[in-house]
Amino acid sequence: MLTLEGIGWQLDEGEEILRDVSLEIPDGKMTVVTGPNGGGKTSLAKIIAGLAVPTRGKLYLDGEDITEWDITERARHGISYAFQQPVRFKGLSVRDLLEISAEQKLTRGQVCEYLGEVGLCAEEYVDRVVDASLSGGEGKRIEIATVLARKNARIRVFDEPEAGIDLWSFSNLVQVFQRLKQRSGEALLVISHQERILEIADRIVVIADGKVRTAGEREAILPGLLAGEKADRCPQRERSCSE
Amino acid sequence: MNKVTEALLKKVSDWKGDFKGAYNIRENGQCAGRRSSENIRIENKTDGPGLVIHISSAAQGETVYIPACVTRGNVSDLVYNDFYVGEGADVTIVAGCGVHTDNEGEAEHDGIHRFFLEKGAHVLYREKHVGTGSGTGLKKINPVTDMELKENAVMEMDTIQLGGVDDTKRVTKAVLGEGARLVIHERILTDGEERANTDFEVSMDGEDSAVDLISRSVAKDNSYQEYHSRIKGNCRCTGHSECDAILIGNGKVNAAPELFAGDLDASLIHEAAIGKIAGEQIIKLRTLGLTEQEAEQKIVEGFLK
Repeated sequence: MLTLEGIGWQLDEGEEILRDVSLEIPDGKMTVVTGPNGGGKTSLAKIIAGLAVPTRGKLYLDGEDITEWDITERARHGISYAFQQPVRFKGLSVRDLLEISAEQKLTRGQVCEYLGEVGLCAEEYVDRVVDASLSGGEGKRIEIATVLARKNARIRVFDEPEAGIDLWSFSNLVQVFQRLKQRSGEALLVISHQERILEIADRIVVIADGKVRTAGEREAILPGLLAGEKADRCPQRERSCSE
Repeated sequence: MNKVTEALLKKVSDWKGDFKGAYNIRENGQCAGRRSSENIRIENKTDGPGLVIHISSAAQGETVYIPACVTRGNVSDLVYNDFYVGEGADVTIVAGCGVHTDNEGEAEHDGIHRFFLEKGAHVLYREKHVGTGSGTGLKKINPVTDMELKENAVMEMDTIQLGGVDDTKRVTKAVLGEGARLVIHERILTDGEERANTDFEVSMDGEDSAVDLISRSVAKDNSYQEYHSRIKGNCRCTGHSECDAILIGNGKVNAAPELFAGDLDASLIHEAAIGKIAGEQIIKLRTLGLTEQEAEQKIVEGFLK
């Protein structure tokens, strides 16, 4: 289980991005973090993966204080992270990235398994270079596959995995998350706005203005969240906003 | 041949105790072994040091090896090799070069290779350069590659130098006839105080000729690289050049690509990028469990692959 205790993160310029965030991300559960854009969700994911260092608070992985661990240490201890914007490499192929991630040579069958999870055909993609020749959606799916290929993961973090993915692949992705969340001893954290992803969550955390606005079991949180979203879309409000 | 030559051959030409097919091994300016084949005849040049290699039209899928090694200091080897490739021939030419010195004497190899490709000939030219040895003497390799491609001939040149060579001046020139195609892939890594200078000049004189020139380089530590390319489109033709360089430490690169369109239907493109490794690339690989140094190494390996 990953525990965040009073996490705060302030930019050098003084702006506070996260304020006193305390959370528990339990094993064997899928936790979805949602909330308005700019609310601090991606910053939270980066702090978990070690890409950003909190200015206050502590992180614990199964009770061990990991606040001072760097990105590599966290990865080696089972924290994996799928970027919102996939990174491109001139020269590294899809196979290269998957093998780095899996820390072993992969058979064609294994590559096929990981790519199949994200709706890509191994024959077509295994030797493709992960560069600008890939579309945004392709890059995103490969990014997700690299996280699926991690062995001995204790927590997998996906930052807006639905962005740039077509409908068919998205349905596949929902199934992938459903399978992942059943793995014992492994926590799943997904940052998402998607209703279909929220619907399969075990727990939902709403973050806004850098704070946890609400958190709890899906059944308790989702109805209110959807009602609030509908209210946000009320034509009356849109009219008054445009006026 | 001596042990150093054998070690160098393994690095530059996939030597496994023997070559299959035609070959000539040059060791410190002397011939250390030669064999011609039915379709590939290797002879001494009569007007200077070097070889004349005649490849007949009947050569299909054959490989000829022309490696050269300098295995000690105070040796400066100059060689002229001419390759005449018959109409419709399809061959691979492996011409690696290794220089080695264990003392303060310089080890230098200057290889001037000229290629004359007849109509429809196809050549894959592989050239790998390395420098080895613990000596303080400079290790130098200065290859000159001169190509004439007749109608519909295709030349693919894969040239690689991955460290150990203190100083190199690489000059590549080509003239392309009608429908001829030239593909050049160059990869260079310099380290320490090494210097590398590459100069390409391709002249497309025949209608519908094409060139694709891709250069990737990594300049580490205090090394310095210069890249010059000049693609001349003198008729309806297509030219593409791409020059990418990664800087690590105090590495420096000066890239000067040049395109000349001498015809309305010449279509020429150049792409260039020089910079350090993007931070996000390092971070991504670290999230997959690599250290910063391991990530950098993987990125460089992939870039030069």
